[in-house]
Amino acid sequence: MKRLFENKTIKALLVAAFWIFVWQCAAWAVGSELLLPSPADTARALVLLCVKPSFWISCALTLLRVFAGFVAGMLLGSALGVLTAISGFASSLLSPLRSVVKATPVTSFIILVLLYLSSTLTPMFIAFLMVLPIAWTNVANGVLSTDAQLIEMANVFGFPKAKKLKCVYAPSVLPHFLSACTTGLGFAWKSGVTAEVIAHPEFGIGKAIYESKLYLETPELFAWTAAVILLSIALEKLVILLLGRIVKWN
Amino acid sequence: MELRNVSFSYDGKPVLENVSLDLSGGRHICVMGESGRGKTTLMRLLLGFISPASGEVIRSENERPSAVFQEDRLLPWFTAERNVREVWSKDRFALSPKELLSEMELGDSLDKLPKELSGGMQRRVAIARALAFGGDPLLLDEPFKGLDVPMRERIAKKVLDLAGNASILLITHDEYEAKLLKCDEIIRL
Repeated sequence: MKRLFENKTIKALLVAAFWIFVWQCAAWAVGSELLLPSPADTARALVLLCVKPSFWISCALTLLRVFAGFVAGMLLGSALGVLTAISGFASSLLSPLRSVVKATPVTSFIILVLLYLSSTLTPMFIAFLMVLPIAWTNVANGVLSTDAQLIEMANVFGFPKAKKLKCVYAPSVLPHFLSACTTGLGFAWKSGVTAEVIAHPEFGIGKAIYESKLYLETPELFAWTAAVILLSIALEKLVILLLGRIVKWN
Repeated sequence: MELRNVSFSYDGKPVLENVSLDLSGGRHICVMGESGRGKTTLMRLLLGFISPASGEVIRSENERPSAVFQEDRLLPWFTAERNVREVWSKDRFALSPKELLSEMELGDSLDKLPKELSGGMQRRVAIARALAFGGDPLLLDEPFKGLDVPMRERIAKKVLDLAGNASILLITHDEYEAKLLKCDEIIRL
């Protein structure tokens, strides 16, 4: 058993099998597909959904909204992180904004944003809003934790600003930025899909989840949730792969 | 570069009092003293990181000091060669970073990251970097820390050969190092 756990793939498969078994046992114990569908019911519902074009349209549009919101949040959050780390005035002025965004419940934002934006744009904006403070805080911490001795060294050896940024600050901030990416992606998915549940765009996973719940299609609800999890994992892997390539290239 | 009657204190506790030294004209000066006597503070004053409480630090406009810090301060994400290359320019130092590192007996460690090098090897990369910058004066804060005696002798000889006519300020505990770098004057703090 110990040897089996040394192989990463086998370990992952065994862990997954264990939790699917626990789920199956729970489904047997409950004995109602309406309350808790079994893994097989969910898989069947997922296969049935996969043959419908609307499933793929919903997945693609949700993916697009979440990704667009994530990218915008990372870009603006990183810029604000740098700005507030290097300027005390900007930090004093803008930090309350970050605290408000962090503390406000996502549903309040969704309902508020729906007053101004369409149901299609709202999930994107909400994903952006949830990612923004994560990128902001992480990047600011990265800039502030840059080794002061390396900055002094760069000054002594006359590094111009761009070189200092490339050789000292960027590599120091990178681990914080990557951490913000993985955390932010999870938040973007959760908030984006939640926004779709409330905003009801024409196509979207969140809307489909809401409708499954409305018509008591619990296996379908589980299937849509599985789709969110799979898409989220796929997107996270893709983003990490792309960032890894960019870092290596540099 | 010159210090005239410079004093400095941390939290009211005097660290340096009326220290003067003149690093012009290719002079080699050694500053010695026990820990806590302000040797590194002296280096920080010369590099302009701090200002003296009294006295003057005189630098000419086109002066470009080069330094080996008490800590190696290598960029941990770059190889040994890249650490040197980032400060090197052909106009100021004839040898390439590869050649310079070979002179420091690191020819087979060019592609290694600092964490893959021993303490003594990292020290030699820091020395190579200071030389590659081609600065004058060359400020060396315990440059041979972590090197055994034969290696110290060989590296000191290389520093003398490669620094050309640059002035040198050596900060050390060990008077033997002052001899190795042919210091004209020893200031005891």
